[in-house]
Amino acid sequence: MEKRIRVLVAKPGLDGHDRGAKVVARALRDAGFEVIYTGLRQTPEQIAEAALQEDVNVVAMSILSGAHQHLFPKIVNLIREKGMEDTLIIGGGVIPESDIPALKEAGIAEVFTPGTPTTAIIDFIKKNVK
Amino acid sequence: MSNEHEKIQTELAQYEASVEKAIARFPERANLPEKRLYTPLDIKDTDYAAEISFPGVYPFTRGVQPTMYRGRFWTMRMYAGFSTAEESNKRYRYLIESGATGLSCAFDLPTQIGYDSDDEISEGEVGKVGVAIDSLADMELLFDKIDLGKVSTSMTINAPASVLLAMYIAVAEKQGVTPDQLKGTIQNDILKEYAARGTYIFPPRPSMRLITNIFEFCSQKVPKWNTISISGYHIREAGSTASQEIAFTIADGIAYCEAAIKAGLDVDAFAGRLSFFWNAHNNVLEEVAKYRASRRIWAKVMKERFGAKKPKSWMLRFHTQTAGSMLTAQQPNNNIVRVALQTAAAVMGGTQSLHTNSRDEALALPSEDSVMVALRTQQVVAYESGLADVIDPLAGSYYVEALTNKIEAEAWDYIKKIDEIGGAVSAIEKGYIQKEIQDSAYKWQMDVESGAKIIVGVNKFHVEEESPKNLLRVDASVGIKQKAKLAKMKASRDNAAVKATLVALEKACVDENENLMPYILNAVRTYATLGEICGVMRKIFGEYEAHVSL
Repeated sequence: MEKRIRVLVAKPGLDGHDRGAKVVARALRDAGFEVIYTGLRQTPEQIAEAALQEDVNVVAMSILSGAHQHLFPKIVNLIREKGMEDTLIIGGGVIPESDIPALKEAGIAEVFTPGTPTTAIIDFIKKNVK
Repeated sequence: MSNEHEKIQTELAQYEASVEKAIARFPERANLPEKRLYTPLDIKDTDYAAEISFPGVYPFTRGVQPTMYRGRFWTMRMYAGFSTAEESNKRYRYLIESGATGLSCAFDLPTQIGYDSDDEISEGEVGKVGVAIDSLADMELLFDKIDLGKVSTSMTINAPASVLLAMYIAVAEKQGVTPDQLKGTIQNDILKEYAARGTYIFPPRPSMRLITNIFEFCSQKVPKWNTISISGYHIREAGSTASQEIAFTIADGIAYCEAAIKAGLDVDAFAGRLSFFWNAHNNVLEEVAKYRASRRIWAKVMKERFGAKKPKSWMLRFHTQTAGSMLTAQQPNNNIVRVALQTAAAVMGGTQSLHTNSRDEALALPSEDSVMVALRTQQVVAYESGLADVIDPLAGSYYVEALTNKIEAEAWDYIKKIDEIGGAVSAIEKGYIQKEIQDSAYKWQMDVESGAKIIVGVNKFHVEEESPKNLLRVDASVGIKQKAKLAKMKASRDNAAVKATLVALEKACVDENENLMPYILNAVRTYATLGEICGVMRKIFGEYEAHVSL
């Protein structure tokens, strides 16, 4: 049997809006993934450490406070520094389209904005996970 | 059954038989209310005098004031704040010049969670979702040239509400305005932070103490201040249904009353200053019924459960905000129409104040142009639509009255369930309320994805479009500027005085019989920072740790 895809759903930063994170987490679980949700207010270090400890294939982050430009690249770097070169890192939230190229440049594989169906996220992970 | 009802029953049966053929040809859409038509039969058991009655009269189904908007419109209160105190002050003065009749302050996340701008955890968040306030110095800039004796100010602040209220009082003092003249609201509703919004600091017990301390302090010193805004808004935003929104919020309200009464306060001394905060969602008639039902339930709770004697204590007064979660990033101009309908619902439901969201808020903080359209929407509804001209205009609609009854019944079922669990605090600690909200949120998303629920421009009538321009940005220089300002302030204040007030506060935190408000006020006056004051309380009270189950 194929090994199940393990996903860490993470809320970096201080914002408490986790409706999206929880809905995505549950949709991923219903799609057959193993899902770990960090809860609110995780520092970049905590997220990178959780990714390592849980040995996940995917880190899916959600930010609605506007702190994505600061936090997303920082978390990518910390995860890579821990030797997780292949971990697929994706993000979502209230993120203006003009910010997306820089985030991709920083190593976020895809950014999902409001109105995205959960199936689009599931398909993206299945297609891109290593 | 009366003769008239029998006649309606017979004719209704004939009608239902007559439409069968039409339905066979044109099958009805999915996700509709159970009945296609409402008649006098649906409200035949509703006692007008007891359940509907008159505006300004128990149980206030028709509104809390006797003449509602015929004398004065609701307060048009636009939630705003971003970047530095100086920038937000400019936006406030712009809003007042544009006809806004009250202020509503949005604070950035470090402020909401009790951290200063120079704290490591604040990096990237300073000034982003609201204005950064580190000390009284920032608060002085925020309200510069705004007369606190005239304006009413609502502050969306919860865990550190006591500190921001103290800063507001201290700024007013400097303007020569005494606390008894101040009008406004602090959100101060910690329970929904645990359940839905996420900006908690301390565990429930000390948090409830801070809230009752504020109730007591304000009843003596700041009598016109709304000491809490018990909020369903964020519960709905997190995904709840209309009935859950009012049920969970009223359950929170019951918990606050119980805590205050347990602390020795007389219910009529604080109940009149409790206020509520509801969402205005997309379904217009459901929302109107929800507002009406919420007033009826609260009146019964206060009179029957708590034995409040003053009519003011029975009234559910509420602020409304249109639903942020219903704004779409796709075709943002469509949001103007959504907000107009939501405004209509809030007004027909009898709100006391209203914030209308801007069309671009699914993308970023609103631009000045977008805010203007949102404010104008309220003004069009007020002055042109006629919706505000007659009190509770939908009363007597068979459907709206039946729906009011249905939402009330569903909410009571939840309130009873929460009572059985041991009240709202226990229900939150056990994760019951969070789970109910999450289940509703997931169902909503699945309905949208299956097409059972249509969102125009998202899962139907989609078009390819260019990404919108002119979005408001708060760049990283704001954080740097704010940090520099804070360092300068710390170097120029009397640090010995700061330390003395913080030591006194710490001692008071340990003694549960002390009201903390005077100590916090003293600390604020010496320019002790929000982070320093909350740091003292963190040390004594500890921090809340959430347990999430998906």
